[in-house]
Amino acid sequence: MQTGNHKLLQVKDLKVYFPINLSVLGKGKKLFIKAVDGVSFDLETGETLGLVGESGCGKSTTARGVLQLYRPTSGQVFFQGKDLCLEKGDALRRMRQSMQMIFQDPYASLDPRMTVKEIIGEPMKVHRVPEKKKERLERVLELMQLVGLNPTDVHRYPHEFSGGQRQRIGVARSLAVRPEFIVCDEPVSALDVSIQAQVINLLEELREKFNLTYLFISHDLSVVKHISHRVAVMYLGIMVELAEKNELFSKPLHPYTQALLSSIPVPDPVFETRRTSIALEGEIPSPIFPPPGCRFHPRCRRKENICSESIPAWKEVAPGHFTACHLV
Amino acid sequence: METTQNMKRPILDVEGLDVKFYLRDGTLNAVRDISFALFPGESLGVVGESGCGKSVTFLSVMRLIPVPPGKIQAATLRFDGTDILKLSEKEMQRIRGNRISMVFQDPMTSLNPVLTIGKQMREVIKLHMKLKDTALEDRCIELLSKVGISEPQMRLRSYPHQLSGGLRQRVMIAIALSCNPTILLADEPTTALDVTIQDQILRLIKSLARDLGAATVLITHNFGAVAGTTDRIMVMYAGKIVETATTPELFKNPLHPYTKGLLKSIPRVDKETQEKLFSIAGAPPDLMRELVKGCAFIARCPIRDDSCYHHLPPFSEKKQGHYVSCWKVF
Repeated sequence: MQTGNHKLLQVKDLKVYFPINLSVLGKGKKLFIKAVDGVSFDLETGETLGLVGESGCGKSTTARGVLQLYRPTSGQVFFQGKDLCLEKGDALRRMRQSMQMIFQDPYASLDPRMTVKEIIGEPMKVHRVPEKKKERLERVLELMQLVGLNPTDVHRYPHEFSGGQRQRIGVARSLAVRPEFIVCDEPVSALDVSIQAQVINLLEELREKFNLTYLFISHDLSVVKHISHRVAVMYLGIMVELAEKNELFSKPLHPYTQALLSSIPVPDPVFETRRTSIALEGEIPSPIFPPPGCRFHPRCRRKENICSESIPAWKEVAPGHFTACHLV
Repeated sequence: METTQNMKRPILDVEGLDVKFYLRDGTLNAVRDISFALFPGESLGVVGESGCGKSVTFLSVMRLIPVPPGKIQAATLRFDGTDILKLSEKEMQRIRGNRISMVFQDPMTSLNPVLTIGKQMREVIKLHMKLKDTALEDRCIELLSKVGISEPQMRLRSYPHQLSGGLRQRVMIAIALSCNPTILLADEPTTALDVTIQDQILRLIKSLARDLGAATVLITHNFGAVAGTTDRIMVMYAGKIVETATTPELFKNPLHPYTKGLLKSIPRVDKETQEKLFSIAGAPPDLMRELVKGCAFIARCPIRDDSCYHHLPPFSEKKQGHYVSCWKVF
């Protein structure tokens, strides 16, 4: 990317399964929800990777698996050269200082009984950086200024702020311990249109200022196209396509990506009357019993015999453009 | 089209609608003295941010605002010539779900989780139409296949949790259309759905309403959703209508600084990405507090001047069919 080739994060064949128990008598096989079933990607320092897909496709689980908030079933997550999946306890906690998260719902992700000072100060308290209380308060005020909040509001509670301001508090909290990598999980989805743009701009400014690396999850493809350098598309626990954003949006190769992109409504009536969307038939299959072969084949309009027989390989079809489809 | 519409009698005629909520912490003036009309067969998009009064406006039309704490006042609030505010609750029930029906945002909370789809559909149809047994069953099956649900007989025996979000919303649409309504109100019908399903649902509402000749109102915060599905758009801000125009005109030539700002601040997939998104500074005003005398958008407006502070801008026609409420638009 623009910032040299330093790989900050490498994810290799990440799998996150959740065990379920369907049988009443404890008989039968143990079943798993295969929320993430073999995902690989990497992130360079200073880069934003957009992760898109429909609800339930495993984008949030992937991010949480990377951060070790869910322990991956298998796979490797290299961060600054260390495999996070092998770290635990204090060592992992120390590494978490460099990895933070911004959540979707600015109402649910801030403790209503804590003041802004306590919320933004909490990560610093946990990691004991800076050690002195007074320095931590100074840092809180500095962060508030940085994200566009008024430092005089430091003793207020979340309910006294609007949705956009609350999300700024969430952003300030994530920056408190000077992380390098931030997972943004639908950070603007709960915000109003006129506020969304403010928060998107803030995130971009901060990335440039601190050379941050983002994994940006969203179901809003227009937002993802704006903020990301590269975009990855997920479907039913696997990645189906990954490319530089302009490449992906102009030349989508996987039939699922094509269908997804064709259904984005555009605020332009002329464009809208011409837009023909590819309707997907049927429903998303169960992640407990994913279809054999290509997971998308039951809904794919181009499917052939091979698609139900063998799993398509994840291959680089053009420089930096990866996809998993037999027909590409 | 404009001229024929102007000659037609509106199916919904609203003048001076004002909705207040008397709450413990004060009075919330959610809708402030607005006037508009909806014409038969027309598709109207209502766009605005949360709290702008778009839902409250149409809940008032349905008389679904709890009174108290709410209070609905209007100089005129007529549906098909009848004064809605004068109707008894019983008379209102005959209109609601029958002649004006509604599709809500979240199909999980608007369907009853302990009743089968069939039971819920029959309930509505029985209430408004004199259908029995097999005729009733047939009507349900017909409706479900109309909204694109396969194996309708089987689905009638399903419970809401057995259906996906998209299917549930299709069921809601089937129920809303079951009595051939004159007006279909859809309040954020696709906000809770995935993008691929969103598009299908919007197209479905559009084509079914067209077949029925029903007027539709699509309430949304998403400009993309109204661009391809409506004839006319009404933009609301802080309890006021700030701009109304035909859909092509509004997108091509937005006049109000709020509409302009909103359209500019949406990231677009069909265009090259800009370095920085345009953003409207500040946040919408708190309608609990006393508003300024002048324009409600004033605190965020890039083109305000002194006149904007003192008087409320009139809602006036700047071009044929294009109404704007702004002192600075000529």
